[in-house]
Amino acid sequence: MHETYLWLASFAQTWGLVLFVLGFLLVIAYVFWPSKTRKKEFDDAANIPLKED
Amino acid sequence: MSTIQDPIRTPAKAMRFGEAGLLVVFAAFAFFAIIVAAKAYTPAYAFHAYLFAAASIAAVFAIGNRYMARPAGPVPQVNADGKPNYNFDVVKFCTIAAVVWGIAGFLVGVIAALQLAFPVVNLDLPWISFGRLRPLHTSAVIFAFGGNVLIGTSFYVVQRTSHARLVGDLAPWFVVLGYNLFIVIAGTGYLLGITQGKEYAEPEWYADLFLTVVWVTYLLVFLGTILKRKEPHIYVANWFYLAFIITIAVLHLGNNASVPVSVFSPKSYILWSGVQDAMFQWWYGHNAVGFFLTAGFLALMYYFIPKRAERPVYSYRLSIVHFWALIFIYIWAGPHHLHYTALPDWAQTLGMTFSIILWMPSWGGMINGLMTLSGAWDKLRTDPIIRMMVVAVAFYGMSTFEGPMMSVKAVNSLSHYTEWTIGHVHSGALGWVAYISFGAIYCLVPWLWNKREMYSLKAVSWHFWVSTLGIVLYISSMWVAGILQGLMWRAYTQLGFLEYSFIESVEAMHPLYVIRALGGILFLSGALIMAWNIWKTITMPEAAAEQSLALAPAE
Repeated sequence: MHETYLWLASFAQTWGLVLFVLGFLLVIAYVFWPSKTRKKEFDDAANIPLKED
Repeated sequence: MSTIQDPIRTPAKAMRFGEAGLLVVFAAFAFFAIIVAAKAYTPAYAFHAYLFAAASIAAVFAIGNRYMARPAGPVPQVNADGKPNYNFDVVKFCTIAAVVWGIAGFLVGVIAALQLAFPVVNLDLPWISFGRLRPLHTSAVIFAFGGNVLIGTSFYVVQRTSHARLVGDLAPWFVVLGYNLFIVIAGTGYLLGITQGKEYAEPEWYADLFLTVVWVTYLLVFLGTILKRKEPHIYVANWFYLAFIITIAVLHLGNNASVPVSVFSPKSYILWSGVQDAMFQWWYGHNAVGFFLTAGFLALMYYFIPKRAERPVYSYRLSIVHFWALIFIYIWAGPHHLHYTALPDWAQTLGMTFSIILWMPSWGGMINGLMTLSGAWDKLRTDPIIRMMVVAVAFYGMSTFEGPMMSVKAVNSLSHYTEWTIGHVHSGALGWVAYISFGAIYCLVPWLWNKREMYSLKAVSWHFWVSTLGIVLYISSMWVAGILQGLMWRAYTQLGFLEYSFIESVEAMHPLYVIRALGGILFLSGALIMAWNIWKTITMPEAAAEQSLALAPAE
């Protein structure tokens, strides 16, 4: 029990942190990557609610 | 509504698989519920079993009658004009249910507030004592009012932003009616003394199991509609709804892992105990705030504000960052409810740290909502519905600033267990959740019932100002009460004795409790104005709509 706890806690405090930061950086990269097509995608998506009536 | 029907190939009417299957399931369940009722350990549990039986029998009749009345063949997916044949009946039901439950919940809140100010209002009746009315109030406003708003608007938004009809024929009805039956079971249970004693998770095992079935169906209907979408993108509001639905399912299953004493008893015991149970409870409790009252209602913000302001959201990029940051961070903040308890220190610090990090996504989201109006700020003056939603977003910013501040251990040592917490919760619940819901309801009612605008925009303005005054009275009196309580409890004399007895701090609360009750009465009055306005909107002939539009302030 105690071993499992220690293992989980140390994983969460090291690799868990790294994974989460990497995941967040991936989101940032995806969102802010300078790309014409992605900008158009986002603009299209933003206008979805305004399409009907 | 006209539908395309091919007169030659119209098949002979047959029951759909779902109709026949559900008839059998409900009939069997009614039978089972009656047996449970007969053998129940307590009268309150027997009452609930009879309630399930009655609902199942009603469902059998409803499905049968619906089958007799409907045309043959599958549900048409497209109308004669080529537009999707949207299923708005369930949305209408949820909208009305939200208004009714909202008023009931606010009323119970006012009574509970009066009980604190004047204990005689308890009337010495066990069923309406404060301890039972409080969970009735919280569940009625969060789950009954808020839940119906979330289910109703999610079914509306997912159809409109996917350009597709809601998946399922009876499934959407099972979701909305089943959810509201759960509310009735939960609410009557509190009054009769059936509770798990866990905040926001009071309903016992059988109600929890039933809710699980309803919720999984909800997820399937929502996901199925998204999968059927005619749009390449999944609009950001749907992301927030999806996070809300999935996370609530996980939280609900986690915090209710309990074993019933018997199938004939309402009582159950959780698999773990002590501080583990407390940690689980506040992991659940805080994420009920994070994913029910925040993520779900942010979906409303991302759909209804752009729609009403007739301009796209300020930054779609920011909305994506907002979404991922919010859902990754919120899930860790729960331990701040357990500062200075048996919970390990590191877990408390973790909860505090993540609460502070939450400032970022919360304010990013607030800025995104507010700046959607950039270039159209004049609408704040001319359109009371936009004003309501924008003030909601401002309150979102305010309470998500206050929350992390209160999670700091030093601040929490003063604020914990005081009325400050109640004030904080209500600035979020009344200012953010209720206002964004009111705004969405004011948008939805004319759209759903094919009117050009609400019956009276002037009444919307009245609702706004009356209830805003109520909120201000409520939260400012609770700030004063909370800090006063905190300071009185920690005051020592020179000799090291406590300066005040507990009852002295209770006496000091009286005037502030009266002001709070007054604030609640004003908020309830505002909701009554809304109910009247909605009634007049639904029943007015179309001509009146144009007239009221003509009376609206010029833009």
